[in-house]
Amino acid sequence: MRNRGTSASGGRSNGMNRALHKAGTVGRKIIVGCSVWLCGSGFLPLGLHTAAAADQPAEKGSVDFSRDILPILSDYCFTCHGPDQNQRKADLRLDTQEGALRTENPVIVPGKSSDSELILRIVSTDPGEVMPPPKSNRKLSARQIELLKQWIDSGAVWGRHWAYEAPRRPLLPEVKRSDWAQNPIDRFILARLERERLTPAPPARPETWLRRVTLDLTGLPPTLAEIEDFARDSSDQACQRVVDRLLNSPRYGERMAWDWLDAARYADTNGYQGDPTRSMWFWRDWVVEAMNRNLPFDQFTLEQLAGDLLPNPSREQLIATGFHRNHMINGEGGRIAEESRVDYVQDRVETTGTVWMGLTLNCCRCHDHKFDPVTQREYYQLAAYFNSIDESGATDAYPQARPLLPVPTPAQEARVAEMKQRESTSQKALAELEQKLRAGQPDWERALADQTGKPQSPEWTVLTPITVQSQAGATLTAQADGAVLATGDNPARDTFVVTVKTPGPALTGLKLEALPDASLVNSGPGRADNGNFVLTEVVVTADGRPLKLLAIAADHEQGGLPLTQAVDGKNDTGWAILPEFGKPHTGIFEIQDLPTSGTAERTLTIRLEFQSIHVSHVIGKFRLSTTSAPVTVLRPISEAIRQALAVEPEKRNDAQKKLLSEYYLGTIPGYAATKQQAEAARQAREQAEKEIPTTMIVRDLPQPRETFVLLRGAYDKRGDKVAHGTPTVLPALATTAPPNRLALAQWLISPSHPLTARVTVNRYWQTFFGTGLVKTAEDFGVQGEKPSHPELLDWLAREFVDSGWDVKHIHRLIVTSATYRQSSNAGADLIERDPENRLLARGPRYRLPSWMIRDQALAASGLLVNTFGGRGVRGYQPPGIWEDATFGQIRYEQEHGDALYRRSLYTFWRRIAGPTMFFDVASRQTCTVKIARTNTPLHALATLNDVTYIEAARGLAQRVLLNGPPDERARLAEMFRLIATRPPQPPELEILSRRLAGLLTTYRENESAAQKLIKVGETAAPPQLAVPELAAWTSLATLLFNLDESLSKE
Amino acid sequence: MTSLPAHLAHLTRRQFLGHQAGGLGTAALAALLGKELAAAPRGANGGQPEFPNSTPRAKHVIYLLQNGAPPHVDTFDYKPAMVEYRGQELPESIHKNQRLSTMTAGQKQKLVLPAFAPFRQHGQCGAWVCDFLPHTASIVDDITFIKSMHTTQVNHAPAITFFLTGAELPGRPSMGAWTNYGLGTESDELPGFVVMTSRDKEASCGQIFYDFYWGSGFLPTRFQGVKFRGSGDPVLYLSNPEGISREVRRGLLDDLARLNELKYAESGDPEIVTRIAQYEMAYKMQTSVPELTDFSTEPESVLKMYGPDVQRQGSFAYNCLMARRLVERGVRFVQCFHAGWDHHRNLSTQFEIQCRDTDQPSAALVQDLKQRGLLEDTLVIWGGEFGRTPFCQGDINDRKSLGRDHHPYCFTIWMAGGGVKAGFSYGASDDFAYNPAVNPVHVHDFQATVLHLLGIDHERLTYRFQGRDFRLTDIHGQVVREILA
Repeated sequence: MRNRGTSASGGRSNGMNRALHKAGTVGRKIIVGCSVWLCGSGFLPLGLHTAAAADQPAEKGSVDFSRDILPILSDYCFTCHGPDQNQRKADLRLDTQEGALRTENPVIVPGKSSDSELILRIVSTDPGEVMPPPKSNRKLSARQIELLKQWIDSGAVWGRHWAYEAPRRPLLPEVKRSDWAQNPIDRFILARLERERLTPAPPARPETWLRRVTLDLTGLPPTLAEIEDFARDSSDQACQRVVDRLLNSPRYGERMAWDWLDAARYADTNGYQGDPTRSMWFWRDWVVEAMNRNLPFDQFTLEQLAGDLLPNPSREQLIATGFHRNHMINGEGGRIAEESRVDYVQDRVETTGTVWMGLTLNCCRCHDHKFDPVTQREYYQLAAYFNSIDESGATDAYPQARPLLPVPTPAQEARVAEMKQRESTSQKALAELEQKLRAGQPDWERALADQTGKPQSPEWTVLTPITVQSQAGATLTAQADGAVLATGDNPARDTFVVTVKTPGPALTGLKLEALPDASLVNSGPGRADNGNFVLTEVVVTADGRPLKLLAIAADHEQGGLPLTQAVDGKNDTGWAILPEFGKPHTGIFEIQDLPTSGTAERTLTIRLEFQSIHVSHVIGKFRLSTTSAPVTVLRPISEAIRQALAVEPEKRNDAQKKLLSEYYLGTIPGYAATKQQAEAARQAREQAEKEIPTTMIVRDLPQPRETFVLLRGAYDKRGDKVAHGTPTVLPALATTAPPNRLALAQWLISPSHPLTARVTVNRYWQTFFGTGLVKTAEDFGVQGEKPSHPELLDWLAREFVDSGWDVKHIHRLIVTSATYRQSSNAGADLIERDPENRLLARGPRYRLPSWMIRDQALAASGLLVNTFGGRGVRGYQPPGIWEDATFGQIRYEQEHGDALYRRSLYTFWRRIAGPTMFFDVASRQTCTVKIARTNTPLHALATLNDVTYIEAARGLAQRVLLNGPPDERARLAEMFRLIATRPPQPPELEILSRRLAGLLTTYRENESAAQKLIKVGETAAPPQLAVPELAAWTSLATLLFNLDESLSKE
Repeated sequence: MTSLPAHLAHLTRRQFLGHQAGGLGTAALAALLGKELAAAPRGANGGQPEFPNSTPRAKHVIYLLQNGAPPHVDTFDYKPAMVEYRGQELPESIHKNQRLSTMTAGQKQKLVLPAFAPFRQHGQCGAWVCDFLPHTASIVDDITFIKSMHTTQVNHAPAITFFLTGAELPGRPSMGAWTNYGLGTESDELPGFVVMTSRDKEASCGQIFYDFYWGSGFLPTRFQGVKFRGSGDPVLYLSNPEGISREVRRGLLDDLARLNELKYAESGDPEIVTRIAQYEMAYKMQTSVPELTDFSTEPESVLKMYGPDVQRQGSFAYNCLMARRLVERGVRFVQCFHAGWDHHRNLSTQFEIQCRDTDQPSAALVQDLKQRGLLEDTLVIWGGEFGRTPFCQGDINDRKSLGRDHHPYCFTIWMAGGGVKAGFSYGASDDFAYNPAVNPVHVHDFQATVLHLLGIDHERLTYRFQGRDFRLTDIHGQVVREILA
């Protein structure tokens, strides 16, 4: 029965092949065609869901629910009869056993497909009956219908989607060819090839393998020395030794970090408007180091998802939590902070889902998943783990957002400690001084008061000048009110000399009024072109003897030009009043050490000096007065002080006490300087702290936030409140642990978790073979692609966990396998049969990531600078990229020197305008675990014309011309080897040699072109090289960089 | 260009390469391969065989996206009744307390602000147009207004992303990418989806053009928009480095192809053949793009039509003329973004300036296409990401600082050529231009209509990603049949 059934289906699907031919679906056609050739018995692959030859059912003649049936139900039925309860039609669900095999009003009758409503509806020709309905534009193929029938007829055995079952370590399959396998990986690959009647390709040439493995593990090509060492090492251990060396190279972590940075949406800016710069490179450096020291993946997971919740977390463990702060931050004006915060929580849920579980959770933000058994409620239960981070959603530590961790260098740490010490010393000195001085406050208050106890004001007597003279030739005229007005010449610098008679012998204070006048610019009071003046010095002589003056107070002082500087004995400092023009200003000085002798009036000579570098900063109108009031009362008292003083000391309120105390202290000479010192020390400490970079980390609130289902994902449309939890389709979470991120992380790395290890080893496979065993590395759900080698995937997953999540162990297994070692050359038959190389009957061959192409060029040219870590660097970039993207608000300032030649990993990544030197890279805006590889003319233009490549080409040329062998052909061969690792074949050498000769002629005839070419890039060409020769070799090197082989791993 | 099945292209390549020792010129070979590869799915230009699924009315689209959002009340949606309500509170029956941007959500009053400039009727169709747009007024008989557009997004970036990709969050393919994925391009010398940006001279608007506006999302990156830059080389890395002449480059590329062919003979990887073709196309672009940007062949009368800014690279006028030249050369989708319309507090100064910057070039483009017979199969779209509030933002008595906030509930766009009616107006807003009153058109309807004009059923143009079939219109969209000519 069964045999007849299968051969019948074979016949039908040949018909289907023809139909597909007509439809012109090319990719599918080839595959179906070859599988007919393959499977003589006629058992056919699934047409639609599995688009590669690799997905033919392994076991002939049996129907597997997870492999064969579930994808059909998912593709054609789940939209209306799946997990999403809001979209469910006719109250029928086909994604669960209870629903599909319900006994009441059954749609499937096990053993009897012809009685099953499911089949009857699918094959119905009535447009009102047929499923899926015509409106959906979907129709099952004959083959799929046949599979469903077979499944029902053989009992409709229900199962689960493979990826939700924990992987078990499979037995190594038996293989016929016993001499090929190097390790268990090869047994699985070979077993499949043997089943497919294919044979593995022969091993790649040793230097091809060396280049492949060196690029794969370090992102750089092998050096000449490494090539030669490997060639010399004839022992069995040669390959192992190379792999050991590469796995221990610091370059390993830099290479492996790239893919993780893509997944973590790492960038150097926030994205969105303004796109400010952040400093998450501490996290990036942590990743590189973690990979270099082979931090086991379980620990790698714990520290990044919950480093802050580990006991006594180290600084590094806190930095690691930056994983979930790498998302974009929206600081747009008008943005609601809570809306942003919810965005960030959702981003974390979805990123965690993709990176650790291969689950596409983003659908569940708004509704139950259409295909996978994850509900919207479960999405928000996961969101609860990320919902209690101590963050506001605003850019509240601009340009970053809290929580932050300061990350000082040891030198910065020492400096802050020193500044703190200084601050504390000066604060202590200030406090001591204040305490000491305050004891004198009652005396001071008494001295201020008159007989009635109220504060007294000094009486000022205007001094009428006897003589007044401008030394530089201005005209000074005494006014009726005792003022003096300057007119006429306005010399750059001047000194006024005034003689006056004082009213009596006792003098305590001198008052200088600078007065406005309509004749002055801006009404003065100065004669400068804005009305300002700088009084550089006041000198008073009594009876031929200079008196000591102390600045008491001015009503206004320009910043940096206080009154004290008018009596400091220096003429390059002074008192000025910008911007308070057009108003009267007053400076009051105490006259000290006046001889007490004498009884009558005195004659004073007062010199007002204006010797500033600022031209004509001379007072335009002034008046002088003196007083004999007690020194204490010279200082003008504000109304607030007056009122406070009027209150009895014990009755004053705190504000009044503070006001008086501060005022009093301010009157004491020397106090201000001490206070200034303390303030300066505080500022210095703050500055030192500010210089310490910070990195964003994760830390929870003391009280967790409540979490709600958000209707249609909108932050302000709350539905039911939910507790922390994980999807029920996956193993239960340990209930003993507190419900937090640590519990979530521990759940992800629990050995029974079906997804974490599989998803992770699959990404590793993708790193080395270009495509994962599950091609949809981002989706292990029902709609994801089935693994090409399910048992190998499970074996690797188990091996990974059992080895203690040893990443380098898995990498080593892969690169030392015979599978990896195969030559990538292939005949047309194999390429037609398996265009994507899913069966691995040949080695991997595909274009290198663009960042690796750049690193390779830098390494080959000798320009590469291998400095580790630090902030992102700005290398060569065509002008105007950032400016165009930000309307000129952000300028690209290219760096110079080493920064131009750092590894691509350290390139500054502006999120709204990523580095132009790369192509086919993740956007670094959201989590990406698989990047496209395209082949466009724009890529060609970049590697042909970007300065980086031209300068690297010259570097390569210089290298062989300066240090290479003398013979031209040998030099060409060496240049070739520096990029391709292998020596050129004679026809290749012939082409290159001829081209070189032509280029030499061209550049000798046109030396100016040669000059221009060798000036591209910022390194200088060595003067000892002939210009046309260097230009010719440089041109030729650009060709080598663009060889398909150079751009590819093979 | 007819589509060549992959295996046939492959065979042909192998035949050629099998005979390569026979001495077929490399350039000739590469050119030939380039043509064939272009047709194959892995090449540069292929579309999906299924499309167009109906007779296309438009082969090209030029989308003049007015970023920042022009005020519909001040441009095309004439509401004379608003004049007598000036300064009065907008009735709640009109605004219904719909959610607004946080910039005016807290504003206590919603005072009616009528049109800023006078309106007049124009053309046979009698369309009302604001006096600040005299050039657009002169082409009203060639265009269709949709006065009942509405969207769900209230901030710029999400709203533009929604308009162009059908989703408000970044990550889905832009309309131009979808179009090229479905239809392929007609040019083997230029990319099929070209993007240009400009802004007002004062940079008053401050909107940023994010590259995800023209991204290919989950579609292969070859479908993403190629941004022609506003200064320097329009395409990155287009120019040969100093000291490498076109002749030197030609020679190097010939040898590169020879060496790659040797590699192909050994390796068998068809990607190598594609690479040879792509290097050839790069070489062609080095000529075709400078030729494209060389306006010296344009008659003086044409340059004059676009106005004085046309010679200034990076201006809206320059980009409009470039759009025509691109379409002429077979480019499928041209997207011109112009930022300058976000008049929250500077309506009285900036509005007129923006009208001046964009009015003449937009109208000139339509006329220019028309006189060359290109308008028939080129769809021109003009519009913002949303409208602006019919009520005033800021103090209505302070003419210097008043403006309008974002308004997603109703706004106006226009289209011309490519199978839409001429001299037509569709849909209408209420008396205060606050909500659509008749025939509302959602962004997804707009998208469905544009695809329909291109001969694509928006429900059939899908791409499977993360296990789901995605489309531009998500699960929505109705073709607005009434505007089809």
